[in-house]
Amino acid sequence: MRALALALAAVIAAALLLPAFYVTLMINVGLASLVGVGLVLLTGIGGQTSFGQAAFAGIGAYTTALLTLSFGWSPWLTLPVALALAGVAALLIGVVTMRLSGHYLALATIAWGTSAYVLMGTLPGLGGFNGLVDVPALPGLRGASRMMLVFVGVLVLAALVLVGNLLDSRQGRAIRALATGRLMAESMGVNTGLVSLGIFVIAALFAGLSGWLYAHVQGVVNPSPFNLGAGIEYLFMVIIGGAGSLAGAVFGAGVVLVLRDQLNDWLPRLLGQPGNFEGMVFAAAVILALQNMPQGLVPLLLRRRRLVETRIDVNAPALPSREGAGAALKVSGVTRRFGGLLANDAVSFTAQAGAITALIGPNGAGKSTMFNLIGGLLAPNSGEISLGGVRIDGLPSRRVARAGVARNFQHVRLLAERSVLENVALGAHRRGRAGMISAMLRLDRAEERALLAEASRQVARVGLSELLHSPAGDLALGQQRMVEIARALCLDPVLLLLDEPAAGLRLAEKQQLAGLLRSLRASGITVLLVEHDMDFVMGLADHVVVMEYGRVISAGSPSVVQADPKVMDAYLGGVVA
Amino acid sequence: MDVTIAELLLQDGLTTGAIYLLLAIGLLLVFLVTRVIFIPQGDFVAYGALTLASMLAGHVPATLWLLDVCAVASALLQWRSWRGVSWALGPALLITLATLVAVRLGAWVWLQGALAVGITALLAPMVYRLAFRPLRHASLLTLLVVAMAVHFVMVGLGLVLFGPETQRTPAFSNASFTWGEVDISGHSLWVAGCCVVLVAALWWMFHATMLGRALRASASNPMGARLMGIEGDRMAAIAFAMAGGIAALAGLLIAPITPIAYDSGFLIGLKGFIAAVIGGLASYPVAAVAALVVGVVEAFASFWNSAYAAAIVFALLIPALLWLSVRTRSIEEP
Repeated sequence: MRALALALAAVIAAALLLPAFYVTLMINVGLASLVGVGLVLLTGIGGQTSFGQAAFAGIGAYTTALLTLSFGWSPWLTLPVALALAGVAALLIGVVTMRLSGHYLALATIAWGTSAYVLMGTLPGLGGFNGLVDVPALPGLRGASRMMLVFVGVLVLAALVLVGNLLDSRQGRAIRALATGRLMAESMGVNTGLVSLGIFVIAALFAGLSGWLYAHVQGVVNPSPFNLGAGIEYLFMVIIGGAGSLAGAVFGAGVVLVLRDQLNDWLPRLLGQPGNFEGMVFAAAVILALQNMPQGLVPLLLRRRRLVETRIDVNAPALPSREGAGAALKVSGVTRRFGGLLANDAVSFTAQAGAITALIGPNGAGKSTMFNLIGGLLAPNSGEISLGGVRIDGLPSRRVARAGVARNFQHVRLLAERSVLENVALGAHRRGRAGMISAMLRLDRAEERALLAEASRQVARVGLSELLHSPAGDLALGQQRMVEIARALCLDPVLLLLDEPAAGLRLAEKQQLAGLLRSLRASGITVLLVEHDMDFVMGLADHVVVMEYGRVISAGSPSVVQADPKVMDAYLGGVVA
Repeated sequence: MDVTIAELLLQDGLTTGAIYLLLAIGLLLVFLVTRVIFIPQGDFVAYGALTLASMLAGHVPATLWLLDVCAVASALLQWRSWRGVSWALGPALLITLATLVAVRLGAWVWLQGALAVGITALLAPMVYRLAFRPLRHASLLTLLVVAMAVHFVMVGLGLVLFGPETQRTPAFSNASFTWGEVDISGHSLWVAGCCVVLVAALWWMFHATMLGRALRASASNPMGARLMGIEGDRMAAIAFAMAGGIAALAGLLIAPITPIAYDSGFLIGLKGFIAAVIGGLASYPVAAVAALVVGVVEAFASFWNSAYAAAIVFALLIPALLWLSVRTRSIEEP
């Protein structure tokens, strides 16, 4: 709050004191920052890239120019239309690419940026490549005036606050998972395609707002500031400034625009011919920045902030939880091939409700494949998997998660730079419902308190309360495994899938884990675990299923399985007759 | 539109489509071996054509000096290794001498063309060494952004090196044949011939030579290839050199049809790139067919309404992306 007041005071002071030339420059920095804030959200944090933001700005600019000039609308009335059109364009591009991996969106925006430029220059009524002139000023805010700088400054600050709010929310945690943890987030029930679509639309809205303002600041609209090259320069600004933090958007815009002004003067003189050589310089800067300082300029200018210690409200109301616990997992005749390899061959077994079932077998027996089939990361070639009588085979992992299946990963998948609390809270994603808009407007606080309280309860349950605010990447491997279990518990699961939960744990930690699993069993949760530690398994499991070469070779209580000669053969090698 | 015009457009479309096909192959080659989406490939098209134009005008091409500067820079980056230095400097030195002699003597056009392709091809691994290699473990998107930045740098340098004028290079043949009612230009046949020969040569290389197998191995399983003693770095440099050479050849093929300026490459490259994306950035045959379709669609679209042609060509991406979306089931980890 104090930072905000300071920033606002700085903007007002700049507007009052700077010479006219710099007022114009600062307004342009503000307009670019608006686009940049969207790009930080999309690229630096969401791990996706757009080269076409300038075209969304173009939509905003042309919409208001056309509506005010040809239809006599008030500029204030054109704003919602401009934003709506930019948003719809982004929605269409995003829908086409939302299920594909990130670079397809970037490639689609290249096509979009090129085509939009062509259309702006050729569609009838838009004035061709000369564009539209005499766009009216905003009432009371003439062109590049000092008041306009204040107005733009307020909008930039508002954008920073809105996106900052968004990142500090349930949706924000999902957004941060997009870059490196999509698969994990899907297994927590997050619809990552929808989340990435959401931030792409939000980024386009900020670009559209910037374009709308541009039209009224300049009074002239033509296609060239909205071409692909301009879109790429916005991205370069953000990378130079530092795509990982919101401040980077403003720093980048400031540095690039001020420098461009200078380079524009002396580069052509230096190279002995006219031309726009600034782009080349910034591009070279981007290459060097990505090679040597991927955080951009921000770390040079700001101290690295520690993770904010979110306060936990212990009195927050409990989240809604599932009605009635415990449902049996039934796997019948499941076969999965990888090319010529038969990883699972007509596997059948049942994990009883409210019991601990262990899946064991030598390496390469097909246990992990079975886990991925149950968890929805793979679909079986044939056979059925059902949970409490409802078929879940072939469903995508987020739908399996919604059906009540929670899991950890054999190779731990955590967001290393985020706190334990945030990582665990991602597991509770589906138990909240606040959307991106309510997050931006802080209408989600009650639910957010409940989500974080639940997450901290689960962290306490696995005994890591003291590390609640540490970055998950700083923890020892055994502790990270416990964080994953806490995250899975946040899902309020019916069935808990644990892949080698005891690997890397010390004896005391194993005993603690065994205690935890017993208490989960007592509360009616079905547990299925893959584990190599036989002491751990045999002391804990109610039922053991042994696999070898993709088949079930034995099943029963621990003592029955231990006495089975086939199991001994599998583990110790056959006895030569 | 009567049949003759349609046939003419079809011929034009297939000719440019064949050039896009070459570019799509280069793109896929680089992408599969290095994960770099080779946006600056179009600039190599322009560099190839402009280098030849400048040599034919009796100048030592400025690209040669750029190549030498890059060679020295990449030699300095690996000064510890004698092999690295000689690999960086040796070929550059040889081609510099050859070009100086050829320009001085005014050698045959085809020899100058071969030298232009060679210079441009050698530039590509330098670009890899300087821009991409330091980031070889970075994410695909980071590499994409760097590729875009390299394109910007190459366009800027292109203006400095070649000036703003457009250039034409001579057609490979000025002959013209009549086949039924249609006139077929000799140059079109050359384009088709180059395309067929190159595709056949690549196919042979990938399937019958050790180098080709090594390239395929590094594309399908980089870690496994490294464990088998295939140097990822060398494969990447070779893939870049091949793509750079293919692009330069495409430049020589297209410059007699459309005049080329320092900044014309990007849009040409994008067409090859649309074809590669339609092939899911994975399939050579699909990309090849898509490239021909892009060429034909572009020819007809330009005839119908030249202003919207670019937008129409890009619209081909939409059904392709939708098809890819429907086909992918799992969430890919970037």
